[in-house]
Amino acid sequence: MAEMGQRPALLKGQALDWQMVFYKAVHVVGRILLYGILLVGAVVFAMPFIWMFRSSFMPKHLVYNVPIIWIPPRFGLEHYIEPWKSLPFPIFYRNTIFITFMNIIGLVLSSSLVAFGFARIRFWGRDWIFLLLLSTMMLPFQVTMIPIYLFWSRLGAVNTFWPLIVPEWLTNAYNVFLLRQFFMTISPDLDDAARIDGCGWFGIYSRIIVPLSKPALGVIAIQAFAWNWNNFMAPLIYLNEPRNYTIALGLRMFSIGPAGHAVTRYTMADVMAMTIIALIPCLIVFFWAQKRFIQGIVITGVKG
Amino acid sequence: MTDQAIARRLPVRRGLADRLNLSPQARDNVAGFLFISPWLIHFFMLILFAMISSLGISFLKTDLLTGYKFVGLRNYQSMFDDELFWKAMTITAYYTFTMVPCGTIMALSIALLLNQDIKGLGFWRMVYYLPSVVSGVAVAILWGWVLNPRFGLLNQGLAMIGIPGPRWMYDEIWAVPGFIMMGLWGAGGAMLLYLAGLQGIPTALYEAAKIDGANAWHRFWHVTIPMLTPTIFFNLLMNIIGSFQVFTQSYIMTSGGPNNATLTMVLYLYRKGFEDFKFGYASAIAWALFAIIFVFTIMVVRTSDAWVYYEGKLK
Repeated sequence: MAEMGQRPALLKGQALDWQMVFYKAVHVVGRILLYGILLVGAVVFAMPFIWMFRSSFMPKHLVYNVPIIWIPPRFGLEHYIEPWKSLPFPIFYRNTIFITFMNIIGLVLSSSLVAFGFARIRFWGRDWIFLLLLSTMMLPFQVTMIPIYLFWSRLGAVNTFWPLIVPEWLTNAYNVFLLRQFFMTISPDLDDAARIDGCGWFGIYSRIIVPLSKPALGVIAIQAFAWNWNNFMAPLIYLNEPRNYTIALGLRMFSIGPAGHAVTRYTMADVMAMTIIALIPCLIVFFWAQKRFIQGIVITGVKG
Repeated sequence: MTDQAIARRLPVRRGLADRLNLSPQARDNVAGFLFISPWLIHFFMLILFAMISSLGISFLKTDLLTGYKFVGLRNYQSMFDDELFWKAMTITAYYTFTMVPCGTIMALSIALLLNQDIKGLGFWRMVYYLPSVVSGVAVAILWGWVLNPRFGLLNQGLAMIGIPGPRWMYDEIWAVPGFIMMGLWGAGGAMLLYLAGLQGIPTALYEAAKIDGANAWHRFWHVTIPMLTPTIFFNLLMNIIGSFQVFTQSYIMTSGGPNNATLTMVLYLYRKGFEDFKFGYASAIAWALFAIIFVFTIMVVRTSDAWVYYEGKLK
């Protein structure tokens, strides 16, 4: 494998044709190996999903059968229809979509601005403030959640979306740190060029750094989507009325016992079905976004 | 003077800053604080208040409802004689120091494989990414099944090749390795970051290396890896911080059992606070954990100068 790139295909000697054949062979073997590894890995990663998928169509008494039944004897939709009818899922979806999209916009904006400040501008106390930023991630939220709850309840914001949206618009340490790492891989020569052309700091941010960081911003958006879509703790604390519930909270209404067994009239298969419905938007967003943001190759005008 | 040096001295464009007649450094100070102001507001409005409260509570004996008593450092002292605290610490350290290297290598290898020119790229990426977006409860159900000693996927698979599988979540020795496997299954999140990092490497660097006669291995080792070190650094730190605070799996799947074999630090402080209503002691444990994570973070940050390469480092 390692030899592949070294020899240019310029060897014109007819006598050396076997060498080309050799490289071709190495290439083909390499490809087969690559696909083989990918396939095995993908099967391992996907196995629990396949199980989840088929469980959602299966009569409940067969879910835990030994040996595992991979193909249900009949595909029933009852696990999708019954819970969907019994809970107001459209409302949960509307709430979740609203919160998620608000937060993606806020988070991408605020974290890119803050990360730009840390990555590009030399200001007083920057490195200490950055360490402070990192340290805010080190205290388990289990001990900070009570004071924060008290803060929001004093403001009368419990049972509104404010406690879920405002913190994201003010960014968080994780996303700032992530974007800062990406911004710091961009050559500062570009800043200088922009400055000569009359750009201020904001111009450098909006015309140089943001356009060149599309993959990183795309990743932030993908992760923000998945995080907000699935976020459970914050909605659990702040939203007490079903009309404000998100999907994650709605799923919680199926009430799962410690060993993963459903303890209400809903069955495991119902939970699987609802999880799949909740998961589909994540899939679509990821599939679309990875094509849009991390498939293209970034070409910058400046050589290392 | 080089172009760059001239450029650095050029004034940042007109506006309020000019009218105030500030020096270039003062101007950068103002600009810097303006850019980071969203986070500063967040910090002073919410985070600082919460952190100080929890620090204050750690010097009290309180259930947060009926009253409190100032006990000084007593909460911190009692940690030293608390056997369960040390057990929780050992388990957490074991999880962290296995999870961090394994997770990093796993995510990086998958990302490198999925950065090749392959057919159906989007599909492959999705399969590997998917596990990291399944919400907590569903993960617990799925893995509760995968690791079930009798009818679980893993033990049925092992039985097929003639190995009697362990009892996983019901076995003191195998419970934590079970959690580590669960954690590795979610490596797709970090993989995504590596993919983005790989996309950010200018192709010009590879072309230059090729012209200089570097083969595929050299290009990987001297271009890809150094350009990826900022992302590796990020993942390493986040992995350390996250692994030390591991909680959900133990809480949902084993409640810390069997015989406290999966009692992590955060689960322990959660129990102390929300089950025994000893919020003072719980906060003290949280701050002890904070100190431990802080020390490891500083260690990684200090070494980073030696191995993290920033193309855009400010000189």
